[in-house]
Formats: sequence, structure tokens, C-alpha cells
Amino acid sequence: MDHLSGDPAETTYLDHAATTPLRPEVAEAMAEALSEPLGNPTGSHRPAQRARRLLEESRDEIAALLGRDPGGIIFTSGGTESANLAVFGTLAAASHDQATPSLLCSAVEHPAVLESCRAAAGSGSAKLQEIPVDSAGLVDVAGLADLVEPHTTLVAVMLANNETGVIEPLGHVVEAVRAQSATARIFTDAVQAASFVNLAADTAGADLVAVSAHKLGGPVGVGVLAERLPSVIAPHQYGGGQERERRSGTQNVVGAVGLATALRLAAAERDAATRRVAGLRDALARGLTAAIPDAHRTVPPGVATLPGHLHLCLPGVEREELLVGLGERGLCASGGSSCASGALQPSHVLAAMGVSESLSRGAIRFTLGRGTTRVDVERAVAVVPPLVAAVRHDG
Amino acid sequence: MRVLVAMSGGVDSSVAAALLVEAGHDVVGATLKLWGGESDSGCCSVADVDDARRVAQQLGIDHHVFNLTDEFDTHVVAPYVDAHARGRTPNPCIECNRSIKFDRLLARAGRMGFERLATGHHARVTGDGSLRLRRGADVDKDQSYVLSMLGQGELARVVFPVGEMTKSDVRAHAVRLGLRTADKPDSQDVCFIGSAEGRAGFLSRQLEFHAADVVNGAGDPVGTVDAVELITVGQRKGMGHGTDGARRYVVAVDVPSRRVTVGSAAEAVTSAIALPGSTLTWVDRPLGDGARAVAQVSAHGRPAPCSIARTDDGLMVEFDAPQRPVAAGQTVALYDIVEQDAVVGAGIAA
Repeated sequence: MDHLSGDPAETTYLDHAATTPLRPEVAEAMAEALSEPLGNPTGSHRPAQRARRLLEESRDEIAALLGRDPGGIIFTSGGTESANLAVFGTLAAASHDQATPSLLCSAVEHPAVLESCRAAAGSGSAKLQEIPVDSAGLVDVAGLADLVEPHTTLVAVMLANNETGVIEPLGHVVEAVRAQSATARIFTDAVQAASFVNLAADTAGADLVAVSAHKLGGPVGVGVLAERLPSVIAPHQYGGGQERERRSGTQNVVGAVGLATALRLAAAERDAATRRVAGLRDALARGLTAAIPDAHRTVPPGVATLPGHLHLCLPGVEREELLVGLGERGLCASGGSSCASGALQPSHVLAAMGVSESLSRGAIRFTLGRGTTRVDVERAVAVVPPLVAAVRHDG
Repeated sequence: MRVLVAMSGGVDSSVAAALLVEAGHDVVGATLKLWGGESDSGCCSVADVDDARRVAQQLGIDHHVFNLTDEFDTHVVAPYVDAHARGRTPNPCIECNRSIKFDRLLARAGRMGFERLATGHHARVTGDGSLRLRRGADVDKDQSYVLSMLGQGELARVVFPVGEMTKSDVRAHAVRLGLRTADKPDSQDVCFIGSAEGRAGFLSRQLEFHAADVVNGAGDPVGTVDAVELITVGQRKGMGHGTDGARRYVVAVDVPSRRVTVGSAAEAVTSAIALPGSTLTWVDRPLGDGARAVAQVSAHGRPAPCSIARTDDGLMVEFDAPQRPVAAGQTVALYDIVEQDAVVGAGIAA
């Protein structure tokens, strides 16, 4: 096979779900924020007051876009911290209750959520039950209804899955939880979904919502946890008492400006971007499945997904081999989550969906984004099938 | 030439990668994640992956981590545990070379369009037509024993860039290039066993230990051991002394009967060892009945001249002079009687 086919200097970026490029408008807004002295927002002098103003303007804008009270917006370092704060902050607030707090967490949550819940359960500070999903990865709402009890502490169901893009039935989840419990807190990880959904409408029933800037065209290192007031979060991190004593640490003012700008731009373009990206994704799916007839669409047709996600399982293919070859051809895709060493790990999402271990070895995720073009799709359709044929092994 | 270098994060494979880059090859580095459990040594720790990745970055080559933990569990760890349960003495590094590095990884390299797989082993491949596997130039670091199962099919697709170098040459080269692994100590232990818990600690979580009687050659009880599964033929430690005050050695381990047989140095010898046919591999042509060879029974064991007797089930290695007993499960590497640095084949002691 010709290993020089596909110019590696040319990059086709189809890994927008991992992180999506910083938008120029966001970079400009952040540069503008940095163009004059910025103090610590807790100070009293002019640079401090300027920082505080930028921070609170960003908070107001983010609150409006999320349909929340500004007082419920807690700036964090990103999605993982938001998820940890949602889980441990809720548990800390519930610690005065007599019974051991109980967590319900969908089996397909991002590790930031799932591992937080498991850590809490492992330390004995909570009981955890994982909510099963069906073969499409959709949370079993009836099963969830059976698990919720009046004293359930927290229910975590993501808005859309980061691996498959499947949009979870959060509205039905909220109804099922509320039918059983008035006090259970509902947390939704909206990190992956945020680019393409109406956050205010789609997360309206949730008490806690996590968003991260770098999935939206904002910078890495900033996110929010939005909570319904009155606050039910006790601090998980101690210090100067910033963020109304819910998250200590000097606020990332420039990051907050970047997140607010990215969210505003995404909201303004949402409908048009969704249509355009979904059209390109569908073209990619048609092209790849036509050229690779046994490619398995991991999410069945008719199940709603984020517009940019195409998840395939390729029989007889080791994703590690495919991803290296794609990378050498300048095509960026993803095979799932990695452990500390950087090695790909078996997907807990696919396992929860009942995808066989052998099929999940050939799992590959293409995620399109705002910058994706028809040329990118054509290039992927030209590059992927011959490489799949080359790395495919017998049996 | 497009070459995949298996980079463990040690100095040998770091320099192997560097030499290939300097020779102008199209080089990609890969580190294998082999063990999902806890370990602080060998090829499996995050720190070692970081070292390999950083060296690859210094050399300007791509680096990937391949997760072969399932295969390693199946083909290396599980047989290692099973062998101990049966009183055998396995060599997991050899099984990893046989089943992982020079089988699955080699096949993967081929599918990915690499012409060769390189490793940092101290060994050499020479000849064209019939390839020979030879000892590394540094006799103290020679690793031909742990590669002795390779055949022509594998040798044609592998390259051992540091095989011609001494270890001090390797380190000096790493220092010249400023590689962070230049002073890293050699790995000593089985990579999936942490140094804190050791073999006994690791195995204690994997299988049930049984106490056993220790008897002398006449069958008289002379003591007991707590875990017969941890006793190795040839072992001296913990076996005490005979009535004559001489050291005792383990002569036989019988797990089902819970019995360890010990003997004096004079009794703890063997004149021949059987290698079942199913375990035999040949670098090229097999040795015939009556052939002469040199046998090596451990990674740094002393080579022993021997004759080969073919049997219905494999062959017997008949030593010219009596040897310390060879534990069942140990690999016996056979070297050419004339060119004594060339591996001819290998088998596993019955």
C-alpha cells in the first residue's frame, strides 16, 4: 500500500468533540479584555474593578443564554471540575441528612461524572446505582423511575453523549424523577451538547448544568456549573470564598469573557449551523457506509444525535491501527477515551449499549464542527475506506 | 525503510529509535500498554510511557501507545499464574516476546505498512537467505536467550539496532543526544509485578498457596514450606542444610502431592532434559538425532555443550557434564556447536 497517499501537510480535522478550534471572535474578545490592566476581581482598585465588571458581564450573558439566574452561575476550570462540583458539592450539602446520600448516574456518563460518582460511592459517602441504557444508548426512563426514591440525592443524566452523540431524553428523565421525588437534584452534563442545542430550553428541568468553553470554540480551562437557586452546593474546594463561597480560587476573567462570547456566537448560529453540519455528517455517513459495506452505524437510524457526530464500528479493524494511519494522512478522528498513559481504553459507553467487545475494538468517532467543509468530507470519504481495507485483519 | 520501534521507555529502545532516525529511516515509536493492574516497574507504568513519548518528541518522530492488555493477560499473565499453580517455572518475558511483541505487534506493524519492527534487544540478525539470530555484542547484556523462539518469518521482519553495541556505548549515545533515558537503570523484574509485593505477593492474589512437606531423596521428611507454588527446582534459599551440614537444593516440586524433594549439591544435578515437540521452535533447520549443540537454560546461564537425541515426543538434551536441575517450564535455548553465538532453536523443559 502507498503510505504517501494523502498529503499529511493537509489536515482534515474531524475531532471537534474532543476540542474545537478557538473562534477568532473569541480570541479577539479575550485580547480586548487583556488590552488594559486586569486586576484580581476581588480587589478595590480600578484594574480590579474592571476585572470584576468583565467577569459579571460575562456571568450575566452566560446566565441569560442558559436561562438561569446570574447568582447560579459558578465559574470553574472546565467540564470536569463542574462535574466534580455537582457531585461532591451536592453530597457535601446533603451530608447533614441522616441517611447515606444516594446517587443515580447513567451508565454512559462522561468519566468526569461517572468516576466522581464512583469515587463518592467507593469512599462510602454515598450509595450509587447506575442507570441502564438501551442498545441505542438512551437512558431507560422506566428503569430510572423504578430506581428513584423520595430521598434520592442526585440524578445525573447527560444532555448528549460525548462518544456517540446520542441526545438523551432529559425532559422525560426530569418528569420521571419529579414523579418520585421533590427533592432529588438533577444534574445534566451539557458539555458535549452545548454547541448545538438550546441550552435554556433543553436543560430547563435540571437543577445543575455543566458547560465547558473549549467544546464551543472558547478557550480550554474555563467552564461553568449553573445551579438553580437557592443554592444547594456546598464547597468542594476551599480558599478565598470566591463564587459566593461555592468555588474558591481567583476567577479566570479572560476565560469567562471567552466562554460568554463563544456561547453567544453558538446560540446566534445554532439553527443554521445544526442544519449545515448535520448535512455534512449525513454525507460523510453515506460515503463511508457505501464504501465500507459492513460498517456498523453504532447509533440506529431514527435516534436523535448531535449533528456533528458519526460513530461507526468497523468489524475486523483495530481502531488503534486505523487512527495511526488516519493521523499519518492528516485526518484527525478519535477512538474513544484514553487512560493516563495515552492508551485507548475499552469504551464503557459501548459496553453499556451491549456492543460486543470485538466490534467495539473497531469503534471510531468522526465529529464535525463549525469549520468543517464539504472538502473535508470528500477527503475523508477518499482516505478512510482504503486504509480500512489495509488494516483489516482476518476473522 | 518504514520502521515501527517498540519503545519501552528504557535506554536501549530509545537509542534503537535514535539510530534508525540517524540512518534516515521513516521511524514511528510505539509503547505497549501491557498490564492494566498496578506495577511500578517495567514496560507498563505511565512514567515509562512518558519517557518513551518524550524521547520520541526529542527525536522528532510520532509516538503511539498500543493497548494490548487483554492479549497480555491471556498469553502471558494467565499462563504465568497457571504454571506456578502446577509447580512449573515460567519465563513471562519469553512468552511476551513469543505471543505479543513478535506476534501480535509484528502483525500489527505489517498491517500498518511498516516493513520492519525494531526493538532495543541486545541481539543480532545476520545473513541473507538463511538468517541467523546471534548473541548481542555485549556478552553481559546479550538477550538472544529471550528471543530464541524466533524463526525465519520473524527474523526477516525485525531489526535490533543496539545489538552491535555495548551497553556503555548505548548509554554514551543517549548522553550525546541528551535523551532523558540515558541514565535510567535497566529493568530487572517481571514488568507486571511490583517490587514492593514481589512474586509471592502478586501470586497470593491470583492463586491459593498450599503448604508442603520437604523430603530428602530417601523420602524422609526434613521440613515444610508454606507455599509449594513458590518453590522452584534448583532453589537453595530456604531449604536449609542436610545432616552432613551441606546445603540442600530443590530437586523436584510436586504440587498435587504437596511435596518438595531436596538433595545435596551432588544429588541436585541432571544429565538430560526433555523438550516436548509442541514447544520446539527452530531458527531455521531443526537439529537431527545425534547433533551437537550448546544449551543455555536461563537468561544469563552458562552455556553447556550437549548432544541431541530425537524422541517420539520431541527431543532430549543430553549434557556432556552434569548440570544443575532445570525446572519444568524453563526455556532451553540451543546454540550452534561451531558458531556458538548463533541460536539454533529452543524448547520448554517438560
